[in-house]
Amino acid sequence: MSRPTLFALQVLVAVVGIVLWQVLSTVPVFGKILLPPFFFSNPFDVFSQIVKWFASGVIWKHLGITLAESILAFVIGSLGGVLVGFWFARQPLVAAVFDPYVKMVNALPRVVLAPIFALWLGLGIWSKVALGVTLVFFIVFFNVYQGVKEVSRTVLDNGRMLGMSERQLMQHVYWPSALSWMFSSLHTSVGFAVVGAVVGEYLGSAAGLGYLIQQAEGVFDVAGVFAGMFVLSAFVILIDFGVTLVERRLLVWRPTASDGRG
Amino acid sequence: MTTPTAVALEDTEVAFRLGDGRVYTAVEKAHLAVAQGEFVAIVGPTGCGKSTLLNVAAGLLKPAAGSVRIFDQPLAGLNRDAGYLFQADALFPWKTALDNVAIGLEIKGTPRTEALSQALKWLTSVGLGAFANRYPHMLSGGQRKRVALAQVLIRDPKILLMDEPFGPLDAQTRQVMGNLLLDLWNADRKAVLFVTHDLEEAIALADRVVIMSAGPSSRIIGDWRVGLARPRDIFEVRLDKEFHALHREIWSVLKDEVMKGYAQSTRAAEAV
Repeated sequence: MSRPTLFALQVLVAVVGIVLWQVLSTVPVFGKILLPPFFFSNPFDVFSQIVKWFASGVIWKHLGITLAESILAFVIGSLGGVLVGFWFARQPLVAAVFDPYVKMVNALPRVVLAPIFALWLGLGIWSKVALGVTLVFFIVFFNVYQGVKEVSRTVLDNGRMLGMSERQLMQHVYWPSALSWMFSSLHTSVGFAVVGAVVGEYLGSAAGLGYLIQQAEGVFDVAGVFAGMFVLSAFVILIDFGVTLVERRLLVWRPTASDGRG
Repeated sequence: MTTPTAVALEDTEVAFRLGDGRVYTAVEKAHLAVAQGEFVAIVGPTGCGKSTLLNVAAGLLKPAAGSVRIFDQPLAGLNRDAGYLFQADALFPWKTALDNVAIGLEIKGTPRTEALSQALKWLTSVGLGAFANRYPHMLSGGQRKRVALAQVLIRDPKILLMDEPFGPLDAQTRQVMGNLLLDLWNADRKAVLFVTHDLEEAIALADRVVIMSAGPSSRIIGDWRVGLARPRDIFEVRLDKEFHALHREIWSVLKDEVMKGYAQSTRAAEAV
């Protein structure tokens, strides 16, 4: 299918969805409105709410806060994940000792940690960063751990036969391999950094997209909730697009899916 | 003999401990000497332990018994005089062809610009000068082998160990690669230990062809000198009468082992 056709069809889905929503929430069908405005609002109100946020400029502060929290969570979580992943992969004893605890913490739904973090770190950005870190850390950690463990035996032997020392193997073989695994999970870990930030804000904060949604919900402002959700989706799509650009730059050496796995 | 011995395996035995505690003897009492400047090919049926023997010479595997001597020194740890060409892809996928070749010099401490210009020379000599900035996945199987060859040769090892290096390639590419190898080898005649299951390839390339019996506990059961004149052209040499006579002679021994090896693997498959 050609690109313009595909794009047209994608737009069509959105148009049909929005029109249906608008019609069903304003025009009675057999004497009954199927989507009561109180619960479903309507696209027009949602859109005007978004316009109001951007026109008055309040939204920028909230977007900025959420962005800052996501970036901090991503950077700190990734750094920790890379270091610990490397350490565990190179020290099987340490990995074996900590294995049950890693599994235990990872199995824990991170939301339950939010109150603890709020208690320890207050209602400012750091409790949200901490929540995001616990999500990002495990994704990066598991990927780096795998990446180091699953370096091809042949490539490793080749490095040794070419005369690499342990340190050089680290630099030229283990490190690039681990990073490639980390980058392949970049979309997931960046997504989780945003999730951590927004959920944290939702559960208790004074600013951010999660806070906006929570506030709107508190006063039964359904249009506000939907508006917050749309801004959040656009925000995540933008970030994801950025990640794709970074990935393309960093993983040039990787075959793309269409060349087959290699 | 006055030429020094590059690789000497004496009474080398290689054994592995299996999961259930039994010991599997892969190679038994192997005696093999490769003189400096000599091209020796090891041929044997699948699973006979020829690659195992090569890994012992490389120092990647420790023999259970016997000794390995490299230029009359007992081998401890990895064989630093040897370059190893692997059967599987061994290039660093995150490095360009040029960086893959240069790395051998860089880890020795050669300045990067110097290493890169040397690497480009080597890439050109294997016919890939125009592909310097390609990553391995953008190259064909044959091109990757050329890069691997340059990667090994740039370090100027005294011994070349090759484990079915052209095994994954198609028949025509193998012959082209064989000729390329012979051309490069002719320049300075390193000692070569070349493992293959292709008898024709072995005779066409080598000065000596060594035959191993079917595993387990495989032994070296034959050693033929190949008298074909050098420099050789792999395409031409296959038409030579002497080539055919030698091929028939060695094949009469090898055939039984191939059959034995095949029967064994079939039995093993049935046992599962």
